[in-house]
Amino acid sequence: MKAYDAIVIGSSAGGMYALKNLIQGLKPGFRIPLIIVQHLSPHSDNYLAHFLDQLGILRVKEADERESIKPGHAYIAPPNFHLLIENDHTFSLTVEEKVNYARPSIDVLFETAAGVFRDRLIGIILTGANHDGANGIKSIRSFGGFTIAQNPATAESDIMPKAAIATGKIDKIWDINEISGFLNSLSNT
Amino acid sequence: MNTSENQDIDDSILQLELELLLEALVRQYGYDFRNYNKAHVKRRLLYRMQQLGLKSLSELQHHILHQSSTLAMILKDLSINVTEMYRDPSFYLSLRKEVIPLLRTYPYLRIWHAGCATGEEVYSFAILLKEEGLYDRSQIYATDFNTEVLDTAKKGIYPVSKIKEYTFNYQAAGGKNSFSDYYTARYDAARFDPELRKNIVFASHNLVTDSVFAETHLIICRNVLIYFDRSLQNKVLNLFNDSLIMGGFLGLGSKENIMFSTVQDQFLILNPNEKLFRKKIMK
Ligand SMILES: C[S@@+](CC[C@H](N)C(=O)[O-])C[C@H]1O[C@@H](n2cnc3c(N)ncnc32)[C@H](O)[C@@H]1O
Repeated sequence: MKAYDAIVIGSSAGGMYALKNLIQGLKPGFRIPLIIVQHLSPHSDNYLAHFLDQLGILRVKEADERESIKPGHAYIAPPNFHLLIENDHTFSLTVEEKVNYARPSIDVLFETAAGVFRDRLIGIILTGANHDGANGIKSIRSFGGFTIAQNPATAESDIMPKAAIATGKIDKIWDINEISGFLNSLSNT
Repeated sequence: MNTSENQDIDDSILQLELELLLEALVRQYGYDFRNYNKAHVKRRLLYRMQQLGLKSLSELQHHILHQSSTLAMILKDLSINVTEMYRDPSFYLSLRKEVIPLLRTYPYLRIWHAGCATGEEVYSFAILLKEEGLYDRSQIYATDFNTEVLDTAKKGIYPVSKIKEYTFNYQAAGGKNSFSDYYTARYDAARFDPELRKNIVFASHNLVTDSVFAETHLIICRNVLIYFDRSLQNKVLNLFNDSLIMGGFLGLGSKENIMFSTVQDQFLILNPNEKLFRKKIMK
């Protein structure tokens, strides 16, 4: 089976519980790093990282600038910063203008991750009420990566997964438990 | 050749073009972006290339070398001048509580805002100094390498549409008066009190290539180092260390730190969350 180096995930409205369910469905000791952009208010603290960390399945933390991406970890983009991936598999943060009215923007993460991890990257779009992430999905596919959208019928908000699907570049449309199941099948714990 | 090999070649060509373009910028114009974060620089340049309808970074380089208007655009793209008044109010609150009482002990103050962009941060702090009764003994240097943003900073005129948010931030930052005391609104422009500018010198200064400001009591440099790689961050932190008096203060952005650098032992951590540091007093 094909090996993957990283999984990037974009979520917005309703994302907190979608992320919780996804991570809860993973086997303890899941190895492939998750890198997550969840749209949040610019003034929010790092509650989301704590909340997901407490599930006890992965070490979940806010991504720090220049930090190296490590297996068994999930990283959340800090509120009010864009999160970018460098060639040496470290994070960069920027405060440039919002993209798709969002900072952090899913497209910014996905596009920079695509160029670095190429065909060893999985991109996942979950629930959300905007179009962020659709361009990122196109980038991931253009580098040979694998793309998944949450089933709009079971997403709390279907606009974002529908926009991703409308690009024609989504490989699989799945419910959250199917996504977790697929990821488990990839990771050698 | 399969597609993945093709992509390898495309990738290495792109990498080469990127390096050549950055080399051209430094050799022809003295702007050195070679130690800026690559993901950021590449993203911004590719965006500009597409906007101009060009097919490669080599073409973009040609434009940069032969049309000065393109250079100005690129400087803007790479410098990211996004800022606001009292960004992170808790930072200002902590300056007020933890730094101001110590600054009060000096008969005069030299303060340096490095990478001040369009000046919102400088006016924010000038207001704070006024309210704390320290403004009149302060000399404030506000610098950026982008002269276009400095022109805006000198005017001190900002969109009225931002005032609501700034008023909220001002209060959260511990503001003592009514924020509207500090500006006059006309149509869609809020013009900040020229008195605030009396002790401010706006000047062009490049952190990568220019030298120290001697005998500084406080340096505020926020959301600039995040664009630099570790080696350049280290170099600039050394520049700050050399510019500060013993016992002087350094305030960085919420995601920036000195704790990896060669000057980390020269500083005490005053507030780890707000990234406030104090240079140690050594005998
Ligand atoms: C994101 S803004 C930060 C503005 C403000 N300090 C704040 O935190 O809101 C970054 C600023 O750093 C400036 N800058 C970037 N590289 C620089 C350099 N080498 N020397 C001086 N200024 C630089 C940019 O022009 C830009 O105005």
